[in-house]
Amino acid sequence: GYTTLPANRRRQELIIKSDGLAESVVAAACARVGQRVLHLDRKSYYAGSWASFTFNGLLSWIQEHTLHDWSNLLEDGEEMICLSNTNSAPFKTDKQTEEEQVEAFPSRPQVSWGDRGPHQLQKTCGLNILHCPITQAIQTEGEGPEPESGQPRPSAAPSQSEPVKKKISYAQLLKEGRRFNIDLVSKLMYSRGSLVDLLIKSNVSRYAEFKNVTRILTYRHGNVEQVPCSRADVFASRQLSVVEKRKLMRFLTSCLEETQEEQAFAGRPYLEFLRDQQLGDNLQHFLLHSIAMATEDTPTEEGLASTRHFLRCLGRYGNTPFLFPLYGLGEIPQCFCRMCAVFGGIYCLRHSVHSLLVHKDTNRCKAVIDSRGQRISCSHVVVEDGYVEAARKPTATPTRFLSRAVLITDGSVLSSESDQQVSLVTVPPSEAGGPSVRLVELCPSTMTCMPGTYLVHLTCQSVSSAYQDLSPVVTRMFRTPESHDQEGRPSVLWCLYFNMADGSAVEVEGHDLPSNVYVCSGPDGGLGHQHAIGQAEAIFHKILPEDEFCPPAPNPEDIIYDGETCTSPLGEEGEERGEEEGEGEGEGAGEEEGEGEGGEKEEKEQEEEEEEEEERDGEVQEKQSLKSEE
Amino acid sequence: MHGRVKIKSTAQQEEEKRKEREKKLKIYVAARDACFSKRREGVWDDEALQLTQQLLSSNPDFATLWNYRREILLHLETVREEDELQKIYEAELSFLESCLKMNPKSYGSWHHRGWVSARLPRPDWARELSLCDRCLSLDDRNFHCWDYRRMVVKMSGVPVDQELQFTDRLIGSNFSNYSSWHYRSTLLPLLHPESPEPPSPCRQPPQSSPPPSPQTHSHRVCEEQLLKEYELVQNAFFTDPNDQSAWFYYRWLLGRAEREEMISCVYVSREEERVVVAFSRPVNAQSVGLMLVLDGQPQRVEWRSVHPHFKHSPVWICDLPPGTISDITNEHNLTVHWTEKHTHRDCALYTGRNESWCRDSATDQELFRSELSVEKTSVLQSELQSCNQLQELEPLNKWCLLTIILLMRALDPLGYEKETLAHFQTLKEVDSMRSAYYSDLCSKFMIENTILKMEYAEVRVFSISDKKLTTLCHLDQLLLVTHINLSSNLLQRLPPQFAMLQCLEVLEADNNCIENLEGLYHLPKLEEVYLKNNKISKLADLQPLVSCPKLKHLDLRGNPITETTNIQSELAELLPSVTDLLL
Repeated sequence: GYTTLPANRRRQELIIKSDGLAESVVAAACARVGQRVLHLDRKSYYAGSWASFTFNGLLSWIQEHTLHDWSNLLEDGEEMICLSNTNSAPFKTDKQTEEEQVEAFPSRPQVSWGDRGPHQLQKTCGLNILHCPITQAIQTEGEGPEPESGQPRPSAAPSQSEPVKKKISYAQLLKEGRRFNIDLVSKLMYSRGSLVDLLIKSNVSRYAEFKNVTRILTYRHGNVEQVPCSRADVFASRQLSVVEKRKLMRFLTSCLEETQEEQAFAGRPYLEFLRDQQLGDNLQHFLLHSIAMATEDTPTEEGLASTRHFLRCLGRYGNTPFLFPLYGLGEIPQCFCRMCAVFGGIYCLRHSVHSLLVHKDTNRCKAVIDSRGQRISCSHVVVEDGYVEAARKPTATPTRFLSRAVLITDGSVLSSESDQQVSLVTVPPSEAGGPSVRLVELCPSTMTCMPGTYLVHLTCQSVSSAYQDLSPVVTRMFRTPESHDQEGRPSVLWCLYFNMADGSAVEVEGHDLPSNVYVCSGPDGGLGHQHAIGQAEAIFHKILPEDEFCPPAPNPEDIIYDGETCTSPLGEEGEERGEEEGEGEGEGAGEEEGEGEGGEKEEKEQEEEEEEEEERDGEVQEKQSLKSEE
Repeated sequence: MHGRVKIKSTAQQEEEKRKEREKKLKIYVAARDACFSKRREGVWDDEALQLTQQLLSSNPDFATLWNYRREILLHLETVREEDELQKIYEAELSFLESCLKMNPKSYGSWHHRGWVSARLPRPDWARELSLCDRCLSLDDRNFHCWDYRRMVVKMSGVPVDQELQFTDRLIGSNFSNYSSWHYRSTLLPLLHPESPEPPSPCRQPPQSSPPPSPQTHSHRVCEEQLLKEYELVQNAFFTDPNDQSAWFYYRWLLGRAEREEMISCVYVSREEERVVVAFSRPVNAQSVGLMLVLDGQPQRVEWRSVHPHFKHSPVWICDLPPGTISDITNEHNLTVHWTEKHTHRDCALYTGRNESWCRDSATDQELFRSELSVEKTSVLQSELQSCNQLQELEPLNKWCLLTIILLMRALDPLGYEKETLAHFQTLKEVDSMRSAYYSDLCSKFMIENTILKMEYAEVRVFSISDKKLTTLCHLDQLLLVTHINLSSNLLQRLPPQFAMLQCLEVLEADNNCIENLEGLYHLPKLEEVYLKNNKISKLADLQPLVSCPKLKHLDLRGNPITETTNIQSELAELLPSVTDLLL
């Protein structure tokens, strides 16, 4: 990527700020149909809020975002007033041209720097780290670093009766930190969902590999149970009677077609519909919480729709409806960035937009000024909601939050013959009105954690802070300093709680912005990717109403390189992060002449990639690569 | 448009592909011709090996080339050292692997692999087994691979229990798999035989005790294991009752041992001076070493089957030398030896008696009751309960209905007769494509029930009217019947097997659709035949009756034949013995 834009690249058709999933898809789609795309990001890493980090990377990210919670310094009767950290003034007049008006963006997504009470949360957006306790296991080893300032220390004293199993120490986690790929967002891919369809259709799937989620589990009566959802599961299930098996299979087969019965339940809760089917408690629980992933008040239509979606996704790639990308979800935006780069898109990391230049009469953005004072003209701009200041947002959209937790554990929540299971666990609300928690447990063969550990993501809609929402579930299901009598449960080696804005609550229309500036909402709390992909497609069609969204990319051998046009594929520049300035300049300047080079470079990189894949082959079994039809 | 990546047009791509194909075809044809001419000249060299490899790797289904390759390899065996051969054959195996990737169901490749594996000086069976594992994990129903696996297992002595676990795994991942279920049915009797003797050691390679047919009754599965299998297979058919493979396996589990081979009946008639012998299964009496001993004297007799159609038949007849038993004041002792099976049956003909027999009846043999199983009643009863439970959930499932019928028959054929008939009715409705099959099966069961009733009543009258019979079976069991009533059914013919009713005197078959009387053949005692309202249309249809010497009464009213001109006189000519002819 470039850090300073070459002169000949200062005219763009589309500028994209930040590179979340939706933004990356828009970038790839536009580049694919011939738009000149410039992709800027203030951060030094790809994928924004969708990023994956190594363990050490995550630690720095935490440091960057940690709430310095100095509320404990407050004395009785005192109140804290927090001051904004952003020093850029909201408006500035640019003297270059008179018709143009400049809008400044905060230089980074706003992070709240205040009290971490739920009321404060309402006003913040972006990422909000609340808790990052280092657990007892690490402390007993005596190798844990001092907790960072402001972090609450776990109160429990180190227990002396340590299990026989040698625990993995914090130092080992640090040492093997590169083996971790920890996503900020926790999602899965529905095997017939919009993301998988798009990856296949656009041929972007060639840039990634996937693994099946192998089990759907649920937490019930204090135990983790397997949810039988495919034919093979139902057959093998030991907890269902044969009659239940028949009833479940019959329900699953029959519910694919609409019946008159369900119309009678329109508007009434799905739970009532299920009760009416006389399925019994077991099956009702599985269907409501694990298959439909609904709550007790979800209406029947919605419950049936999600049940059907779940079922339609079964069996395409395996016995569960879900896939997970090797090396984490952060791979997906990167794949689209790569596609964008192949079709000439340019990437600049650590590079932000200072202001937009807006033509007053047309209310269209004509150009942007970057943080280095360069003027780059453009026809369209895509930004993430976090960059838009509150005053320009549509009124009365209260920000919703997601509560997230990331755990590194030493065992699976449900041990089985294979220790390489990828599991989705649904945890219904423990009390009415509480959040239902989604837990994704990843094994080392997903290339997201080091051998001997599991990476666990917990997600729910925030009711209060992430710690308050999720730690009770963690305490019940795992062995932590707070939990008692949890023999046989996996131990938590490290954990992190944080809140992030829920993109599905963000209004992307109605901003007080020029008509050619489009807003993406950032990650939502849903399990699938429908939200982001739908948004990307809508933006693409606004920018280019005539063009096809992500048509299949041609095979490399079908691309003609020796034409007279100047734009050869620029290789995979996006891959080289933090490239030196001079180099970026040089390459940009030599671009007109050095077309052949670009092509060669790409080939070379592809070869390297193949070698790398072979290497991975040895380690990873049962990888999935997406094919358009099996 | 400016900035777009240029892509070759589809026409360009097509053209390139076409050229590519043409080029390939040229190379292929040239190589093929070279191979053929080399083979004609009897050249078995490395180059030929190269050429065939080239061709087969793009088309592994070229049988001639595989043959040629084997010729070359056999030739090399005569000229090369063992170590070298080992290398050649190992290379052959990895070449075959690439062919299987090309077409995993290539007959030629799998056959050649079996051939190579068997000739390899130092075979690596573990590798072959893991190849099978890999192939079956990609396609668990590739029967070529299953075949090869069985061969590998046999050659390398893989423990039976390990193979059983393998089927566990495959059935667990997808139970719609005949191959896995079938493999199970061959493994279980080895691992858990029914006999009380301790199970055969698992480590024993199968070739030392070849897998016996699971039908052989000494190799049934022990009850404990059977119960586990019932549970497994019930899980399958409750999960998906429309999947046939599980039901077939269930039928096998419920299946009974084959009947013991024996002489089930010896009948002797003083008047006709002949002996009739019935066997438990169709045999060819002329070749199984059948010997008749009369009063201690072996007799030279000629055995004939009841009808010239049958080379194999359960019933055989022989005429005794004239005068040997005709004196009613003499007592005679007969023994029929089935030398091949070391079994025999005696029969005494007492003074003053015209006929005599000795037999095991169907009830004695529990012939129909145990049609399904040798299991204890309680086990079958609980199986019936599960199936009834499933039937309540899936009232129209044909597999379930059929299995219920079979279970009911095994438990109490007469007691469940009414339910059975009702289930058959449902079956014919839900599976109308097979209604004729169900009708025949139902006929069979009705006949069995009637036989049982007749035997309980200890009579020689068999009456089964108005039961919608479409076919006749178990006729060998009716050897001693003197009076049969088949009226008001749906029969279309009296088949050749009907000639087994050697004692028949009266046949009532009014109100059927009979158009063929083949089975009324050489019935020495037949006197009265009632065939009112049937479909006999030609004089030739009555031809078989000519062979029944005692026929006196014939009722043909309501048959098309009665419309024929001069029928009365023609019949009188054809059947001079008939005194009461009703037309």
